[in-house]
Amino acid sequence: MTTAVTKSGSAPERPRTGLLSRIRRSFDTHWYAWAMVLPVVVVIGVLVGYPLGRGILLSFTDANEANIGRTIGVNHIPATYEFVGLDNYWNVLSGQEGNFYPRLLWTVVWTASCVLLHYTVGLGLALLLNRPMRFRALYRVLLILPWAVPAFVAAFAWRLMFNSEYGVFNALLAGVGVSPVDWLGDPLMQKVAVVAVNVWLGVPFMMVAILGGLQSIPAELHEAAEMDGASPWQRFRNVILPGLRPVSSTVILLGTIWTFNMFPIIYLVIGQGASSESEILVTYAYRLAFQGVRDYAGSATYGILILSLLLVFSVFYRRMLDRQEATR
Amino acid sequence: MSTTLEQPATTPAAPLPAPVPGPRRRLRGERSRAASAALHGTLVLAALVAVFPVVFLVFVSLRGRSGWTHPTEFSGFSLTNYTQVLTETSFTTWFVNSLVLAAGTTVLGVAIAASAGYAVSRMRFPGHRPLMWVFLIVQMFPVAVLIVPLYNILGSMRLLDSYAGLIITYCSVSVPFCAWMLKGYFDTIPVDIDEAGRVDGLTPFGTFWRLILPLARPGLAVTAFYTFLTAWAEVAFATQFLSSEEMYTLSVGLQTFISQQKAEWGLLTASAVLITVPAGLVFFFAQKHLVAGLTAGGTKG
Repeated sequence: MTTAVTKSGSAPERPRTGLLSRIRRSFDTHWYAWAMVLPVVVVIGVLVGYPLGRGILLSFTDANEANIGRTIGVNHIPATYEFVGLDNYWNVLSGQEGNFYPRLLWTVVWTASCVLLHYTVGLGLALLLNRPMRFRALYRVLLILPWAVPAFVAAFAWRLMFNSEYGVFNALLAGVGVSPVDWLGDPLMQKVAVVAVNVWLGVPFMMVAILGGLQSIPAELHEAAEMDGASPWQRFRNVILPGLRPVSSTVILLGTIWTFNMFPIIYLVIGQGASSESEILVTYAYRLAFQGVRDYAGSATYGILILSLLLVFSVFYRRMLDRQEATR
Repeated sequence: MSTTLEQPATTPAAPLPAPVPGPRRRLRGERSRAASAALHGTLVLAALVAVFPVVFLVFVSLRGRSGWTHPTEFSGFSLTNYTQVLTETSFTTWFVNSLVLAAGTTVLGVAIAASAGYAVSRMRFPGHRPLMWVFLIVQMFPVAVLIVPLYNILGSMRLLDSYAGLIITYCSVSVPFCAWMLKGYFDTIPVDIDEAGRVDGLTPFGTFWRLILPLARPGLAVTAFYTFLTAWAEVAFATQFLSSEEMYTLSVGLQTFISQQKAEWGLLTASAVLITVPAGLVFFFAQKHLVAGLTAGGTKG
């Protein structure tokens, strides 16, 4: 329906029929829409677009702490970094720099395992919670609790629990006679530990989102399926999963992106110690930019590469969803 | 809502007189003892896992300065960690800093993004699809993409180490996020309501302001809550952009409790508990809106 109102001053005459009125009407509609999105467009342009442009520019230079322009007191030191073309990208992608591919592999493993666990555990719990029973509200509040805990607090709490000397896990293991595990020192255990922390932290969001999706499936569909004699599995397969599609596709995409870029868990649980194998791309790029001699260009290169990877992924993901939708 | 979906425990444990169909079957919504036990057992276990780290934090924080070195003992309870955190450290300053930053980001984010979310949800206009893509793509921005340019830009504007600088930084994430989230919620509100509003002579903005926003309150609450938590818990930007101790946020300040030289886990856990309480309070107010039928009563009632 339309609109075409409130522009009283600028629309003195209103053509009654035909093309002109259609154009006018559509102009008015668009005028409205543009006005309503304007604040966001401006904010994104200034706060995201401009820095992004600078970031891309930096990735083509050899900028670092020493040669970037800065102001100390009243003295302004001009920037002396130079344009180096695609050198940074070539260094990273050809493997010369040596850190990209190992970090990428672990980042992919980390993302896949976290999102898979988030989704399956979240779905399972949502299915359990989505039925009438006693203490339901209590369970729900308790299960959502990790979501209310800020990520950095959770990271510290788990780091304390994983402490190899005084941690509660090793104390419990000692209680049953198992020798202590070096949770945060051993490369493999580090990885298990950070995945555990992230799963603990991320499941409530998935659960709540899926629960919302479950409740939006009309009860008639369940009833009809039951009347037709569908088994629980068939109902799950053919009523619940399709009903959850809109929610699932969104939360999986967002979950993947968030996990891929998950900074605080890795940074705070493993600590900022020198190169550790459990660093994902984002924490590595961060360390490049702010530790030792600050390699701004290298960090920007990594940033742009991470962003491109995610873009490619989401384009493929959307394509896949569209194709599934089409074959349905 | 239906029940008895995929309960593995049911099949062996519930001796249904199987071949007899019809009246002998369990009623809809009933479940056998064993299924019930399995259901509650699973949920209790999951709840324990969910709650344990939080309970453990509280437990350690109550055990004095060195209590954390004996995590399995139940002795030496005292409140010294709390008094020390509140009186001898900059905790309260950090707390206020975090609160100002998170609240500022949330208010700005929701206020700027709401109308755009509505426009994108309801109107088709040139630039609609690219805008949706931008919202999505900004969600993908790794910290590393913006942190260096923003650091240099804010540095040259002398906004590093200030509230304004960090709020600006956080808005780069929160505004597109809010727009994206709110668009999703507006989508779930039936268009009939808009049409009714238009028929009654409301402008598109009037429809948005008077009809849709009130209906979207749960969505606004969830979005605001999520934005608040994100800003409240942000680590990467705050760690680099804030350099003086009186500007630290909690996430930065807490890192100073444990370093190579010292490990004040008592202080850290006490502050962690104090931090989680307000987040938890906001959370309990928001949580009944989290899932509650978003459009319930909209067109039906």
